[in-house]
Amino acid sequence: MTDPTTAPTGGGQTAERRSSAGDFSRPAGYGNRPASRTEPANLADILERVLDKGIVIAGDVRVNLLDIELLTIRLRLVVASVDKAREMGIDWWEHDPSLSSSQRDLVEENRRLRQRLGDMQSREHDQLARGPEQAGEEKPRD
Amino acid sequence: MTDADAGAATYAYAVTRGLDASRLDGSPGVSDQPVRAIEHAGFTALVSTVGLDEFGEDALHRNLEDLGWLEATARAHHAVVEKAGAVTPTVPLRLATVYHSDERVRAMLTQQQAPLAEALSRIEGCTEWGIKAYADPESFTAESQADTLAASGSGKAYLQKRRNQHRNREEAGRAATERAEDIHAAFADIAVASRRHPPQSQQLSGHAGWMILNGAYLVDETRTEEIQAMVAEFSEQPGVELELTGPWVPYSFASPDEEP
Repeated sequence: MTDPTTAPTGGGQTAERRSSAGDFSRPAGYGNRPASRTEPANLADILERVLDKGIVIAGDVRVNLLDIELLTIRLRLVVASVDKAREMGIDWWEHDPSLSSSQRDLVEENRRLRQRLGDMQSREHDQLARGPEQAGEEKPRD
Repeated sequence: MTDADAGAATYAYAVTRGLDASRLDGSPGVSDQPVRAIEHAGFTALVSTVGLDEFGEDALHRNLEDLGWLEATARAHHAVVEKAGAVTPTVPLRLATVYHSDERVRAMLTQQQAPLAEALSRIEGCTEWGIKAYADPESFTAESQADTLAASGSGKAYLQKRRNQHRNREEAGRAATERAEDIHAAFADIAVASRRHPPQSQQLSGHAGWMILNGAYLVDETRTEEIQAMVAEFSEQPGVELELTGPWVPYSFASPDEEP
């Protein structure tokens, strides 16, 4: 069975031309632009690209990329739940100044995240420990 | 210089070639600032003038922690990149690439001439598609659950059952990995280049299935329909769900190699 959300229209000609860039009109002549966007890009996907990808050329203002990597891990946790909550129409925190500001208890948040990461890592460890033959990708099976 | 000086700086979004800057007129960028073009060394850099009180070192550290600020900035950055990418091959820069002046941007364009030219020619005529594949754990383990159900009762049977469960999980993992390889290979075959990003855990993806593939594919624009047909084809196979995102400006292919 074809899932309508994951299977875009095959023809393309009738598919809606749009992108999250909005009303910017495309001139004719630049290639054959893809005709459909399956769904508007969600925040997690945008952050994954603008923070992790793109050409790495140093600017004058130093932003520690290591910091950013930690930050993306943290954000993915947050964003996953933010997007989900919004889908369900829950957005109360956006009207709560104590939550929308950066003055939240970052220390507490950091602690929780570190623990969560630790849990995830140890689970991964367990999995590796359980199946050594699974860890070596190219080992022949016995 | 400290942020308190609140001087001006130049925020750079992307590098293109020969982009008619008037096409971007009136489109605001980060911090609601107008986007302008700097032409130099055969390139066009898209930039905005921003305040160091918002984009200085200390300010960025603070602001990047603020999800509201980050969301607005990331979306604005992405919108400018997309608008440029819709018109001409565009190499996106990372979020928050900030220079002290336009002159410093020109110096960067001169210094980075070779990698920029190389990136621009690599992505010309191509778009990026994201493919995530989720496996339904049950469909990979269901088969073997039958024999574990048969052996129940005694302590010995219990141990046997536990052992089987371990083995089943490993086999399911192996089967899912093989499927991911097949899917990746099929898309990589259509693509000019491909990159695999680390799969997100269930908590991060918010999806009930295992994410077995998080791939990015640089695809010639004339082959878009093949990608879409391939997604539809794989979606008909049981046990795996595919999620297609894009077309993206080729963010994942702006750098020459897999970044560490």
